[in-house]
Amino acid sequence: MQVQHATEHAHPQLGFWRKYVFSTDHKIIGIQYMITAMAMAVVGGLLSMLMRLQLAWPSQAWPALGKIFPVAFAGNVMEPSFYVSLVTMHGTIMVFFLFTAVLTGGFGNFLIPLQIGARDMAFPFLNALSYWVFLLSCIVIIAALFVAGGAPLGGWTAYAPLSAVGDASGPGEGAGMTLWITALGLFTVSGLMGGLNYVTTILTMRTKGLSMMRLPLTQWSLLITAVLGLLAFPVLLAAAILLTFDRVGGTSFFIPSGIIMNNRLLGNSGGHPLLWQHLFWFFGHPEVYIVILPAMGMASDILSTFCRKPIFSYKMMVYSMVSIAGLSFIVWGHHMFVSGMSPFLGSVFTMTTLVIAVPSAVKTFNWLGTIWGARIRFTTASLFAIGFISVFVSGGLSGIFLGSSAADIYLQDTYFVVAHFHLVMAIAPLFAAFAGIYYWFPKMFGRFMNEMLGKLHFWGSLIGVYAVFFPMHILGITGHMRRIYDPLFYDFLKPDKNINIFVSVSAFCLATVQVVFLLNFIISIFAGKRVKENNPWQATTLEWETPCPTGHGNFGDELPVVHRWAFDYSVPGAKHDFVPQTVPPGAEKV
Amino acid sequence: MADGNGPGRITIAGLAFAFLMLVLIIVSVWLFIARPWWFPQLASVRGGDIDGVFSAVLIVTGIAFVGVQGVLGYFVARYGSRGTERAGYWHDNPKAEAGLLIGTAVIMTILVFMGQRVWASIYFTDAPPGTLEVQATGQQFQWYFHYAGPDGVFGRTDAKLISDSNTLGLDRKDPASKDDLITPEMHVVVDKPVKVRLRSKDVIHSFFLPNMRYKQDAVPGMSIQVGFTPTKTGKFEIACAELCGNGHYRMRAFLTVEKSEQDLNNWIKEQLAQQAGN
Amino acid sequence: MPVLTEERVSGGIGAPPRRTPPSGGGGGGESDSSFPVSAKQIATWLLMTGIAMLFAGLTSAYVVLRGVPTWEKIPLPPQVWMNTLILAASSLTLELARRSVKVDKIAALRQWLGITAILGIAFLAGQIVLWRELTASGVLLTSTLHSSFFYVLSGIHAVHILGGLIALAMVSIKAWSGRISSISFEPLRLCSTYWHFMGGVWLYLILLLVFA
Repeated sequence: MQVQHATEHAHPQLGFWRKYVFSTDHKIIGIQYMITAMAMAVVGGLLSMLMRLQLAWPSQAWPALGKIFPVAFAGNVMEPSFYVSLVTMHGTIMVFFLFTAVLTGGFGNFLIPLQIGARDMAFPFLNALSYWVFLLSCIVIIAALFVAGGAPLGGWTAYAPLSAVGDASGPGEGAGMTLWITALGLFTVSGLMGGLNYVTTILTMRTKGLSMMRLPLTQWSLLITAVLGLLAFPVLLAAAILLTFDRVGGTSFFIPSGIIMNNRLLGNSGGHPLLWQHLFWFFGHPEVYIVILPAMGMASDILSTFCRKPIFSYKMMVYSMVSIAGLSFIVWGHHMFVSGMSPFLGSVFTMTTLVIAVPSAVKTFNWLGTIWGARIRFTTASLFAIGFISVFVSGGLSGIFLGSSAADIYLQDTYFVVAHFHLVMAIAPLFAAFAGIYYWFPKMFGRFMNEMLGKLHFWGSLIGVYAVFFPMHILGITGHMRRIYDPLFYDFLKPDKNINIFVSVSAFCLATVQVVFLLNFIISIFAGKRVKENNPWQATTLEWETPCPTGHGNFGDELPVVHRWAFDYSVPGAKHDFVPQTVPPGAEKV
Repeated sequence: MADGNGPGRITIAGLAFAFLMLVLIIVSVWLFIARPWWFPQLASVRGGDIDGVFSAVLIVTGIAFVGVQGVLGYFVARYGSRGTERAGYWHDNPKAEAGLLIGTAVIMTILVFMGQRVWASIYFTDAPPGTLEVQATGQQFQWYFHYAGPDGVFGRTDAKLISDSNTLGLDRKDPASKDDLITPEMHVVVDKPVKVRLRSKDVIHSFFLPNMRYKQDAVPGMSIQVGFTPTKTGKFEIACAELCGNGHYRMRAFLTVEKSEQDLNNWIKEQLAQQAGN
Repeated sequence: MPVLTEERVSGGIGAPPRRTPPSGGGGGGESDSSFPVSAKQIATWLLMTGIAMLFAGLTSAYVVLRGVPTWEKIPLPPQVWMNTLILAASSLTLELARRSVKVDKIAALRQWLGITAILGIAFLAGQIVLWRELTASGVLLTSTLHSSFFYVLSGIHAVHILGGLIALAMVSIKAWSGRISSISFEPLRLCSTYWHFMGGVWLYLILLLVFA
């Protein structure tokens, strides 16, 4: 494979800061997003370790923690308010600042221009700005942990009126909640800037010959996700604006009349708590697809590459992603079956929710169809792509219980829901993200990550995630509620004690395995085995035409010209078992 | 192996993955069939219906789960390679795809209909006349139950009258409130339907009776009525299932299902007498 | 395209400028792309979509709470119609600016741009007058749900008009430095699209708040 070097033309050599920190190069920005998101993951993960500690051994004394966090562990025992703020911050950080950021911000930025044959995004400065606003939002959300009163208490869903009455409903609902709302507002602005860029770039800057139906599924997923984000995030912003006015302006959008807080009758009148839930979930449900769609796209492409076989039914994969995105706007009420929402609406949402199961099922069949008759090359990346399928199926199937409104009456607000959304919105995207990192690391840094450590990471994680999250289905069936500080307070939950211990211990093991990954990632950037070729995985998509690592301008003097789709693996009669997108028809035989 | 079709190489990684899928299947089947931990003891009519919906979905998803994870493991074990072999190039089968899609849609539709019958029986069916009504009010972090008493009429409540000694703001001037009972315990009669009217004084709570498979959010500003019919006597726990603040975890109450209406009325009389004495 | 190269060089990407065909309607098309619409135009439409969703969310809140039994509509002072006329006029003058540029009447362009900016500022000033009038007459943010919505909706709209004024200022700078002409006026076109859109949003909000 002839190595092409990106030519640096006559322009001043940039200093370290302009090149690696305040860069407008989409690759640098993508890596910045990725590393920031990984840092947030560490924070969010540590928060959940503290939660698991409490759940397994409720009200146990931890002198060491009492020394480090004297307020949160007054008397060496975790405070209930700290537990609830952990729940809130863990959810918020993971959903927005890890998953949305790493998949859409990280991989989106890095891959879009590369895979469509462009030199950069349509608006590179706006792109850089979106990262810095994102970073600011990260700082603000972390700050919420440290202000007086601590972090908010309402869960990541911040239901009103708990979230609307300010610190009358508890510490952390004052300054902490204000910072929380601010962070989300900033995040929304950052996301909108990114979304503008992505859609514009994918639509207008595809290289010659790259029609929409020749795009890798990663690109389709990023495009659809960006559109979803543009439509959904502003509604969150609307809700947050109204919430802020309730909190500091004395309005009553979400606060009805006649409510008593701290023995005081509040003067509000006319508001409706359910309005918050409708607005939040109208955003919230598309949000979960914003998380999973890029994961699906990436996992599909990586799977195909290492199966040496085209993705099964590319067209249906595209259509199913489009229909999932469209349907995602009419299912939000399934979060509200027992909320007091009209039961008639409950019936409607059950129907729409079970409809949205169908395109996801189609995708699952297609992944299986891809592996059928494949010749799998087992690398860490492909293992994670395969693991993604397993985890997504597990999580997706539990969603059917929850989508059936009658069954959901019992399961709502229990650990059954926690199991479902972790598997499908956290673990599956995480596995896809890991697959992406191991796969594109050579392209980003010109080195490989260590495969042995990678495989250790995979097997440990696969076992670990099932050990942690599968038992949670059982917890939910026993009636174990969410967000409770001390399950053993209830007699009917006492039999769950050992399950909670098992889950917590598994979680600690799972977290330890992730340390292996982090060390592998960091050390490999500097000392990983160097990549000697452009296309170490022998893949077909355009980014593999560039050197490892890709330089400025991505492609050499000439932009690539595309002649075929992204899935020409094992083409009968071709000289090699893969044909890059740039090979003209007929030329694959030589 | 030669080009394309037929099995690939069996690899250690493939076998390891298949093995893990097998373990997953075995463990999950054991958990869901042997049921070492399962639903709390069932004690209501609607609960039986809800358990029925759960079971129907379990069968469908169970088959899908075992099928897909099993096939996934099998394919991964069977279709490995050492890095040079070619796979098949086939990547479309519109008929199979359509069949699977339609099949999934049909199964989902059936599940929807089964579930909707139960949903309708809970939400779209009126309680028979004369059904006992209990008004349950949630507050941070306690449940209170309001009985109309022998006269069958609830006394007026007003948020402005709420105080430490008058937790629901009962208007003592209203003659109907003379025999009203406000208590932190809930008592009902076995095999008799009961209407529960849910309210909240402050934030959203959720009235959760695990044994009755009953759950309904209590929303401030709303008065939501959903009922159930208990089928077993005894004492059952009530929990709050919607995050309502720091004390959310300890918002517990107890439901006692009495043997007869007589027993219930006696209890109400006793409680009223006790409260009058205080 | 000169603009693209400048962006790239300053952004540190060392690629030579590609020979690009001129795209119709005011420049900015992305080189080899055969996509009929320019990148900046798409971005503007996407931005407007996002803003539309913001107001859609707020509208749905309005619709839901409109059904509350204690709903009380406050009458809006005539100032609100004055402001609406000012904003409508500004759209008109901006349109006149665009027409001037199409026939290369640069002096007229600058004049109409200036008037538009003044009208835009007048609109914001008028909104402030309106808010003060209302608070003086006792109608506060917290008075009724309707008044809450009025302040919130008009306030958020005003923020977006402010954004539009900033865009207008940037276009004006280009107009005064001779960088706008009949063959290159995309920034003006996009700015006017956005401006008309926000005018339309205002009209919609007024109809909602007054008649719904």
